[in-house]
Amino acid sequence: MEKSLLAPGHRACAGCAMPTTIRLVLDAAGPNTIVVSPTSCLEVTTTPFPESAWCVPWIHSLFENAAAVASGVEVMQKRKGLDTNVVIIGGDGSTFDIGMGSNSGMFERGHKILYVCYDNEAYMNTGVQRSGSTPFCAHTTTTPSGSQSQGNPRPKKDMPAIALAHKVPYVATASVAYPVDLRRKVKKALQVNGPSYIQVNAPCITGWTFEAGLMVELARLAVETSLWPLLEYENGELTGVKKVRRPKLVEEYLKLQGRYKHLFKKAECADMLGQIQAMADANIAKYKLVD
Amino acid sequence: MSEKTANMKVVEGSYAVAHAVMCCRPDVISAYPITPQTHIVENLSQMVADGELDSEFLTVDSEFSALSVLIGSSACGARSYSSTTSQGLALMYEVLYNVSGMRLPIVMNVANRALGAPLNIWNDQQDSVGARDVGWLQIYVEDVQEAVDATLQAYKIAEDAEIRTPIMVCMDGFILTHVYEPVELLDKEKAREFLPAYQPADILDPAHPKTFGAFADPSTYTEFRYQQFEAQLKALDKIEKVAREFEETFGRYYGGLIDSYQAEDAEIVIVTLGSVIGTIKDAIDAMRSEGKKVGLVKVRSYRPFPVQALRKALKDASVIAVIEKDVAIGSEAGLVTDLKAAFYNSNIRIPIIGFTAGLGGRDITVKDIRKIVDKAETARKGIEFEFEFLNLRMEIL
Repeated sequence: MEKSLLAPGHRACAGCAMPTTIRLVLDAAGPNTIVVSPTSCLEVTTTPFPESAWCVPWIHSLFENAAAVASGVEVMQKRKGLDTNVVIIGGDGSTFDIGMGSNSGMFERGHKILYVCYDNEAYMNTGVQRSGSTPFCAHTTTTPSGSQSQGNPRPKKDMPAIALAHKVPYVATASVAYPVDLRRKVKKALQVNGPSYIQVNAPCITGWTFEAGLMVELARLAVETSLWPLLEYENGELTGVKKVRRPKLVEEYLKLQGRYKHLFKKAECADMLGQIQAMADANIAKYKLVD
Repeated sequence: MSEKTANMKVVEGSYAVAHAVMCCRPDVISAYPITPQTHIVENLSQMVADGELDSEFLTVDSEFSALSVLIGSSACGARSYSSTTSQGLALMYEVLYNVSGMRLPIVMNVANRALGAPLNIWNDQQDSVGARDVGWLQIYVEDVQEAVDATLQAYKIAEDAEIRTPIMVCMDGFILTHVYEPVELLDKEKAREFLPAYQPADILDPAHPKTFGAFADPSTYTEFRYQQFEAQLKALDKIEKVAREFEETFGRYYGGLIDSYQAEDAEIVIVTLGSVIGTIKDAIDAMRSEGKKVGLVKVRSYRPFPVQALRKALKDASVIAVIEKDVAIGSEAGLVTDLKAAFYNSNIRIPIIGFTAGLGGRDITVKDIRKIVDKAETARKGIEFEFEFLNLRMEIL
């Protein structure tokens, strides 16, 4: 196996999907790449000065400006006549929420930049607070379950649709459990002459609370329950859908995670489980996930 | 003011500054429109559109993104430029610290303007004086010619390998950005000789991967800040040196760190920043003809703060009056506080009084300067107040 462009020895948790996602992205992108990252666990765990796990040039500035920083990188590399891959790797907090303004600007200006969001569905670096990506009913430290609460009251923000509304020519969802699919999508995105967006389901062991060995299994279950359909859009058209052979019930996915345990303790949560199953069923119908 | 020459034209201040920026040959310009900065970037984008200027010009979603773009470009080795003011500078606040912390030599013209609330688009200097501690160098200019010349000087200072610190060239909004006055536009070739290409040692380059913007824990963070602090102290010499080099090439000199007017034998010395200096000089001329020994010291470099130069220039004064277009609400104001601090541990004991004036675009007149001098006369005999708002309209309070 070739040496990874993310060196070992970083400080991410055992069982975290983030470094695996980075390695898969860098495997596909190769060394002719500059990575820009917003503030996240990624920066804290991979660049404790004077160490760095990055074997490609890497820059972090702030939580909400990665897309703008990457825009500056892209225009200057082009000006030098260089065809460098410019890849943003950031979490859902910066992607869905605080960085939305600069993301929108970057998409709209049409920079040749691949934006990879490793989506672990909450602000994990600060201690598992709700983000715009947190799914319905998930317990976080700011949407706790309690006698008057079933966890997060709102559904997850549809970030791929926001990218599509900017006419981003390549938009895809991917999963850390499907490495071949993820690498293929990264390679395809880097061929696009313009922005591209890939949202990767990336379970967080401390935020979702699950057994360390279950990271890949959970990511796979998200796809198999149809809660996380694997999709590909080219020039606004849905061109790729990963079919689900025998969809599993959402309960199989939810019951392995501490963030949903309240749903299995309280009788009044049966309706919530039904609503989450309905979301999966809606995905099956919308994307024709089942033949 | 300089002698009339072939390159002297009557132009708007914003055009003159844009022309100076063109002569600096920035690779990347990124800006967001805000009054009264707009004419600078409009002129630059026209120069790019007309092929006069070969720069990448990015129109972005906010001032926050404008400066963030330049972090990326500068880290790739681009000479990078932006301009903003007021709310825009406030929106950039987080990025300002990042630029200086990463030691990226970005130059930005700040078209000084008041901050809301209440909303006000006119000139004062609360915006950049409020940003005095963000790690940028700050030069305050007196007129359009100095704005032009300081912009070219700024890149030479910022990009110096020993300094590597961003600079704000602060010019009073409207008063300097929108005024038409005779200006000697920079000669492109001379500017090229004065300011060679930017060649940083560390850039984002796949052939030599480096990490920018790492995470520093308590064991190393202080040393990052110390190095910035050291670089600003080194800039004290560099600013003066570059001003002298500029004089050799272009024949104009405004002082490096500070400048003075009729200050040598002055008993009452006014200390200030920016374009109000023109008015103060007129007032001094009038008062001198009446036999009043009044002088002026202009603080050109507010960051780094030129403690030694100010001690030397002011040591023989009987009283110092500071006039500034900012206010540190709950304390006094930026310049007067810094000046008092500069003297406290020296053996110089001179009464210092401070005035905030010209907030939100209120004119400062020769009459106002006379009023300040009268109050300073009184303070010589004993300080009755340390700081006050000039010309408060008591009838609307």
